[in-house]
Amino acid sequence: MAGITLEGVRKNFGATEVIKGIDLQIEPGEFVVLVGPSGCGKSTLLNLIAGLETLSAGDILIGDRKVNDVPPRDRDIAMVFQSYALYPTKTVRDNITFGMETRGVPKTAQAAALTEFAGLLQIDHLLDRKPGQLSGGQRQRVAMGRALVRKPAVFLFDEPLSNLDAKLRIEMRTEIKKLHQRLGKTVVYVTHDQIEAMTLASRIAVMDEGHIRQFADPATIYENPVDLFVAGFMGSPPMNMLQGKLVRDGGMAVLCGEGATQIRFPLPDQIASRLAGSEGRAVVMGLRPETIFAAGTELPGPDRFVFERPVVVDEPTGPDTMIVFEIGGQDLVARVRPKDARPGGSTFRFEVEMDRAKLFDARTGQRL
Amino acid sequence: MRQVSGIVRPKGWWQTLQRVFLFAVLGLFCVYYLVPLIVMVSTSLKSLAEIREGTLLAPPHAISTDAWAKAWSTACVGVRCNGLAPYFVNSVLMVVPAVLISTFLGALNGYALTKWRFRGADAIFALMLFGAFIPFQVILLPMARTLGELGLAGTIPGLVFVHTVYGLAFTTLFFRNFFIGVSDGIVQAAQIDGAGFFGIFFRIMLPISIPAIIVTVIWQFTQIWNDFLFGIAFTVGESNPVTVALNNVVNTSTGVKEYNVDMAAAIIAALPTLAVYVVAGAWFVRGLAAGAVKG
Repeated sequence: MAGITLEGVRKNFGATEVIKGIDLQIEPGEFVVLVGPSGCGKSTLLNLIAGLETLSAGDILIGDRKVNDVPPRDRDIAMVFQSYALYPTKTVRDNITFGMETRGVPKTAQAAALTEFAGLLQIDHLLDRKPGQLSGGQRQRVAMGRALVRKPAVFLFDEPLSNLDAKLRIEMRTEIKKLHQRLGKTVVYVTHDQIEAMTLASRIAVMDEGHIRQFADPATIYENPVDLFVAGFMGSPPMNMLQGKLVRDGGMAVLCGEGATQIRFPLPDQIASRLAGSEGRAVVMGLRPETIFAAGTELPGPDRFVFERPVVVDEPTGPDTMIVFEIGGQDLVARVRPKDARPGGSTFRFEVEMDRAKLFDARTGQRL
Repeated sequence: MRQVSGIVRPKGWWQTLQRVFLFAVLGLFCVYYLVPLIVMVSTSLKSLAEIREGTLLAPPHAISTDAWAKAWSTACVGVRCNGLAPYFVNSVLMVVPAVLISTFLGALNGYALTKWRFRGADAIFALMLFGAFIPFQVILLPMARTLGELGLAGTIPGLVFVHTVYGLAFTTLFFRNFFIGVSDGIVQAAQIDGAGFFGIFFRIMLPISIPAIIVTVIWQFTQIWNDFLFGIAFTVGESNPVTVALNNVVNTSTGVKEYNVDMAAAIIAALPTLAVYVVAGAWFVRGLAAGAVKG
């Protein structure tokens, strides 16, 4: 088992800078998820760790060894690709053992490892098939088997679940988490799916435009995002972002909307105390949909604020119903229990947990 | 594979008439294409007397293979009367190594140009493509000189060399276009699995490229076997390939023109390419089916 250290890592493709200076310390046995929108550089960063791309600047260490100039095969890594990249002319058995074959592992050891992991992944009945004869989920398992069987120090996953259908994706997600728990190896996992990131990671690195915006455990990323980008990227449905102005008249508050529909959200003390002297500042207030619900339907708590708005539309998802409403021309979503939902047009009393509100500077996007 | 035979078509007497017309035209062209072959086969099986008496299209009365035997082993090619057999062997000795070497090198080039992108790869490929458009008459003299310098002038190895060099443009093109469609992920996976440049080439890429290999072999075999220009320019007498010898058989008949022997000789010279189409064609279809696998 080994950790991974990135120091000042940069990568250019010609004049385009894709990775703009990244420092990252991944502990041994950790499950780190790199998440971000398309083109944020997450796959490039993974390829740099794998040695499939050459560094433009900086250092990469696997364990204590600097691997800048070490080819992929000598980095003691294994990788699962989005396309699975199985060898189409080889049987499942030969696909899985190819890595051991090229390294001259004795046949008996190969067979033992094959049996162990084929059983674990439930692909032992498929060993004589070719990849073309397998379903998507089975190919995915074979690709995992090929990576696991060599028992490397580090596993790299490049969006391994994005080609599966929704149901299978959730199943495999659980299996990957079980496997990590069982094998305890260091994992770096790339995805654009924030739910995958939340469910799998011990720590999440949120990336955007070649930078890491925040590197923290899932709960921190979700509850304490450092800026608007992280706050907006994580969570589904996404966090409500409400433009407003900080005011002080009988306690700190955020003033949103205009004229008759203007609403004054009072800020709880622990937030207000951080904002002393910033009256009049333009801010963005982030409210997660689950912090807005039908008034009086949750146990009472401190710092609750109740307001009324007409429902625009309601969107049942099954366990919850999303209620879309409007403040000052901006759509907001509240997550309510289905039995509390009301159809579009009716007036609705919302209750919001103001202690979970997040305030960001409207200009810089930084958390206040 | 998507089923297309079930697509709904309009019906009625007008459509029926159109189809009758369509098949009539197709049938006509079929006959048009087949008549020369029929004439050749039937003439080669007739005796000279029968050729003189009957019409061109009449089938043979008494089938005789004498003309075939003569064309193969006793017809006169220039002054030597050993038939086509030795020249046929020459052609085989030329075509087999030339096809194998040019196909192999084409595969290697295509692999390197697509999966190990290096600075200038596109420029190199463009230059190689240029080779596919060179009219071969242009290079006859410089190549003759080169073969002389190499000590290969007038020999079969010399001809193998020429065909390999000028086949590379096409074989590289075929394999480059095939490999560009193969996922780079497969190469990356193999690299992480510990295979090197040649390991990946021989153990992963070559097995994948069987359909491309078949196409290339058919193309190269046909081109090289049927070549006349290089054969007549770069070989002399005993080292002539069969195409040149066929020309000499037809042109050296003194006295009576033996049409049946000429026809038999022409068919013999053409048989290997036909055989390659039949044998490799079956493989081609199988290769396509096996290759229709998503990585």
